[in-house]
Amino acid sequence: MERTEAELIAAVLTGDSASFEPLVHKYSPRVFATARRYARRESEVEDIVQEVWLKSFHKLKSFRGDAPFEHWLMRLAVRTCYDFLRGHQRNREASFSDLSEPENEWLERFAAQPESASERADAAKQLIERILEQMSPPARLVITLLEIEDRSVKEISELTGWSVPLVKVRAFRARAEMRKILARLAREKYL
Amino acid sequence: MNLEQLQQKLLAAARANPSSERVPYAFEKRILARLLESPSFDFSALWAQALWRAAAPCVALALLLSAWSLIGTGTNVATDNEELSRDFEQTMLAAVDETEEVW
Repeated sequence: MERTEAELIAAVLTGDSASFEPLVHKYSPRVFATARRYARRESEVEDIVQEVWLKSFHKLKSFRGDAPFEHWLMRLAVRTCYDFLRGHQRNREASFSDLSEPENEWLERFAAQPESASERADAAKQLIERILEQMSPPARLVITLLEIEDRSVKEISELTGWSVPLVKVRAFRARAEMRKILARLAREKYL
Repeated sequence: MNLEQLQQKLLAAARANPSSERVPYAFEKRILARLLESPSFDFSALWAQALWRAAAPCVALALLLSAWSLIGTGTNVATDNEELSRDFEQTMLAAVDETEEVW
């Protein structure tokens, strides 16, 4: 008979580490998807996910069980991703001179006729990744959660541990920061 | 170029391409192996626990030493003052004493 999550957690807390494996198996896809939003290299993604699981194992005592385990785990995952962003602030203020040919073409198409530039194109995906990489850690986190994952301000507040007003302020600043990066892109490409 | 529109388009591109949920082969086994090779040894947690445990005895010891030094210093001050005044008097009156002895 398959054990419930609560039973598995209780078993881990009494010293049965093997009971942690089904939890890792069940929730790893979600944790990997979250980590891939913030890290591009697969080795970095694996490091983040591994850290999330090691932290969750050592902090399992603090899981009170009044909310689903998944919520608790995702909070830990988002905070670990944020720590990763703060520790790897690379490529900031980078130039847009090394855009690939498809990226340049997509931008030219957008400049000529915005409707014809498809958001499903790989070039658009690569461009947004470049832009996100140039944003500050709090701005990138809040834009990802709010605009890309479509989460509410309250949800973001719970995930990040920031207050609701702070999330709103950071979201406002993040949009402005993104606009500034896009303005630089437009200036470098079309002036 | 309309930057607002470009921003919306690129965010839509990010939404349209959700990140992959692919998990490397036997990842959970790897995690478990990592957990078992270092059985819940968290150095910082142990250090924090030891510091918290040491806090109460340290406070008690500090209070004890403060009280002792205050009481001890209190008596010493009195003794020191008496000795000082005696020495001062002897030094000041040394010449007079010597005169008395001569005469």
